[in-house]
Amino acid sequence: MSTAQMLLRAHELEQSRLARYAQRKRVNQIALALSLLAMAFGLFWLFWILIETCVLGLGGLSLDTLTQMTPPPNDAGGLANAIYGSFLMVSLATFVGTPIGVMAGIYLAEFDTHSWLASVTRFVNDILLSAPSIVIGLFVYAVIVTRFKSFSGYAGIMALALIVIPVVIRTTENMLQLVPSGLREAAYALGAPKWKVIISITLKAARSGVVTGVLLAVARIAGETAPLLFTALSNQFWTSSLSEPMASLPVTIFKFAMSPYENWQKLAWAGVFIITIAVLGLNILARVMTRSKN
Amino acid sequence: MKTSFKISLISAAGVLAVSCLNFAVAQEITGAGATFPAPLYAKWAAEYNKATGVKVNYQSVGSGAGIKQIDSKTVDFGASDMPQTDEVLKTKGQFQFPTVIGGTVPVINVKGIAPGQMKLDGQVLGDIYLGKITKWNDAAIKALNPTLALPDVAIAPVRRADGSGTTFNFTNYLSRVHAEWKAKVGEGTAVNWPVGAGGKGNEGVAAFVNRLPNSIGYVEYSYVKQNKMTYTLMKNRDGVFVAPDDEAFKAAAAGADWNKSFYQLITDQPGKNAWPISTATFILMHVKQDKPANATETFKFFSWAYKNGAKSASDLDYVPMPANVIGSIEKAWSQATDAAGKPVALK
Amino acid sequence: MSTTLMANPLPLNQAPSSQRVMSTPPPVKTARSGPMADRIFGWLAKAAALFTLGMLIAILISLTLGAWPAISKYGLGFLASTTWDPVKEEFGGLVMIYGTLMTSVIALLIAVPVSFGIAVFLTELSPAWLKRPLGTAIELLAAIPSIVYGMWGLLVFGPILSTYVQQPLQALFSGVPVLGAFVSGPPVGIGILSAGIILAIMIIPFIAAVMRDVFEVTPTLLKESAYGLGATTWEVVSTVVLPYTKAGVVGGIMLGLGRAIGETMAVTFVIGNFNQLDSLSLFQAANSITSALANEFAEAAEGLHQAALMYLGLVLFFITFVVLSLSKVLLSQLRKSEGTKT
Repeated sequence: MSTAQMLLRAHELEQSRLARYAQRKRVNQIALALSLLAMAFGLFWLFWILIETCVLGLGGLSLDTLTQMTPPPNDAGGLANAIYGSFLMVSLATFVGTPIGVMAGIYLAEFDTHSWLASVTRFVNDILLSAPSIVIGLFVYAVIVTRFKSFSGYAGIMALALIVIPVVIRTTENMLQLVPSGLREAAYALGAPKWKVIISITLKAARSGVVTGVLLAVARIAGETAPLLFTALSNQFWTSSLSEPMASLPVTIFKFAMSPYENWQKLAWAGVFIITIAVLGLNILARVMTRSKN
Repeated sequence: MKTSFKISLISAAGVLAVSCLNFAVAQEITGAGATFPAPLYAKWAAEYNKATGVKVNYQSVGSGAGIKQIDSKTVDFGASDMPQTDEVLKTKGQFQFPTVIGGTVPVINVKGIAPGQMKLDGQVLGDIYLGKITKWNDAAIKALNPTLALPDVAIAPVRRADGSGTTFNFTNYLSRVHAEWKAKVGEGTAVNWPVGAGGKGNEGVAAFVNRLPNSIGYVEYSYVKQNKMTYTLMKNRDGVFVAPDDEAFKAAAAGADWNKSFYQLITDQPGKNAWPISTATFILMHVKQDKPANATETFKFFSWAYKNGAKSASDLDYVPMPANVIGSIEKAWSQATDAAGKPVALK
Repeated sequence: MSTTLMANPLPLNQAPSSQRVMSTPPPVKTARSGPMADRIFGWLAKAAALFTLGMLIAILISLTLGAWPAISKYGLGFLASTTWDPVKEEFGGLVMIYGTLMTSVIALLIAVPVSFGIAVFLTELSPAWLKRPLGTAIELLAAIPSIVYGMWGLLVFGPILSTYVQQPLQALFSGVPVLGAFVSGPPVGIGILSAGIILAIMIIPFIAAVMRDVFEVTPTLLKESAYGLGATTWEVVSTVVLPYTKAGVVGGIMLGLGRAIGETMAVTFVIGNFNQLDSLSLFQAANSITSALANEFAEAAEGLHQAALMYLGLVLFFITFVVLSLSKVLLSQLRKSEGTKT
């Protein structure tokens, strides 16, 4: 090839490379613009719903809301018994469900990862994840409520725990699997027993993901209505006894929101506002706690 | 991790401790059932609690659910807008008694038509819900409303998605006055609706009717009043177009013979002021009580409500039972016994 | 145990002689927590897994027992019949099954690309100080109780959808043969489309949160190597991050799908609860399995009605089972094509 031809060829190659690069750059820019749009899309819905919630919720919020019981229509009152009931049932359900979920997730990720039992459990867990909360409520109704002939807070807690467990299992397992095995092996090399490796090293490394999982579960059960309808029912009055029907925010909101009574509607939106703020606060708190350890 | 672990342990312990606290609980009785009287029972319960400290916890889960719950004995009393026949009650070992009376009202959302202007009758109403009348300016509707400006648009019927005593009341009325409805659809707390979008609860139907232009639905009267909805007049058995209100419901209930049996359906009653889609609402209890103390508290509550609750009832647009009926109701309570057969104390 | 620092290996528990203080390692105490603790821990973990297994089996048994009258009467014909008549006691589940599937499909079609975009934005594009607030903002969508979505959907979103989306679409496509059928029906803001869109908004935070978490755990070394070779951001995401995290991504999508299939309250408010399947229209009111359960179970008389509803619940579990199996197959195919399948 003559020099001129070589130069021409080199020039062509250069042009095609530049053209391809420009193409790749364009694709990149489009993709990133789309992801920006996706973010904006998500935020748009969030702000719209949140603004409605805040505007309507703050209107109904007052000191009375936090201290008075749920009233009959057209009377003054508050949401104290519903708030307490929700708080109690959600915390106890999380308290019960998280250890089971984390342990099962540990089993799936660390012990017998490819055994038959593990694969079946993984599969079963995914099915439970999609179980409509109402079916879980019906199951607990059939097993506990009809057996003991009474609606109770215990039944409500059990139903909520059964919703927490699959979520925690899945996220724990996912997060544990992503911990690089080098970390584990280094710990084993130092002579740590397996349980210590898991708890102090692997779990700690995956901690923020596991916390996300628990928080997602809490967020879900904080707003669940259907399972509580058949298990804890609701209560117009204050009760701290778990063996009686117990009020909860979602069920109370459900009852009040679509009623024609204005005081009930205001309380319903105030309740929505409270749940949203509570879960958000929990979210932020957990993030702060896990971050400060790094 | 140490401090936050400690904090979480302590808070968990705190939650557990608080949850085990069981302050000396005053007697609490639980009831569940119809949504129709729920606002009233809640009001009565609050006032009764203030007067005596006893908690009567009533939850509106629907008439059908109320019947189911009392059947399984998970509640102390059930509530239903749909009465059950005396034979059925006998097989189940239960008895029923009425508490208040109200009515189901058709509501519409048509531009330019104000509350109380539209006139309908059973035949037209049935045809609309059968899907035979599809437009607002149909000849049949025009015949009843010669002076109204009816638009040439499709009717959007709305009905209940969930099982309800209100639906039973509505379909019971239609079955009585519309032969084809009776044959094709029948009556019940849930039926196979030929047309119509389903709203959840009275609230859902009210919301749909408010949102959907040219819609028609049916809700119980207190929803109409509270939401200021556009109700229609109905032609009653005597051929008079009546508006729904307490007097019209009372007139419908006047013909019922409560002393013969509490199983009374007061739809399509004679009387020139009678509202054709009226209903009473009932309480269900077991004859043989596993928890006689709860039964006594239930009787005390309703006795108090009959005596002192009439004003709250009228405030919320329900019609209290007439005094002579209350007498027979309280007499019927003496049939309740405990497991051994001893009559339950009424006081 | 390796003792690479020692010149002369000593028996482990022997105390060193006073002369060789620094040249021998301190005595190794026998580990207090030995194999016993490990075994107990293993048992606890296994027990937890078995508990989960046991729960599903218990739920399935309970459902099957409840559904038996309907199963024995209808068999598989239940799945093809569209009659739902509580008065005449004739039941068939096709309407609800169609509603559940359609709304979930629409929800996924919208939510997966959007969540992916959000996760990419949060991990690659957004400035560091914005990551946490934006991430929390998206997770807030999950904090909103499902009833609120239902109420908001019915009272706020529905009318707007009707005026600005459904009516124009109907005007646009009314003549077109296939598409026209999809947009026929009353444009009143309730129906399969509304339910699908609201479900999409509900599951975006779940999918996006998981995607973001797995994207963040991708080893920086992998990404830096790709950048070092001259890849653009998008190329790094699509050819490095996504394949590395694909199990987690599929897991996140499954989480979202599970939420969509099982969502009760939000769907019940906006789907219209219409037990007939007259047309293909997305605007038509319909019914889903969960809203049928929510609306009718409490009232259903013991007997065929309740059994039919439980049969629907079983069908829902079956649908989930099928979807999950498909996703497992998909994942194993993906892994096979990369040569990592053992």
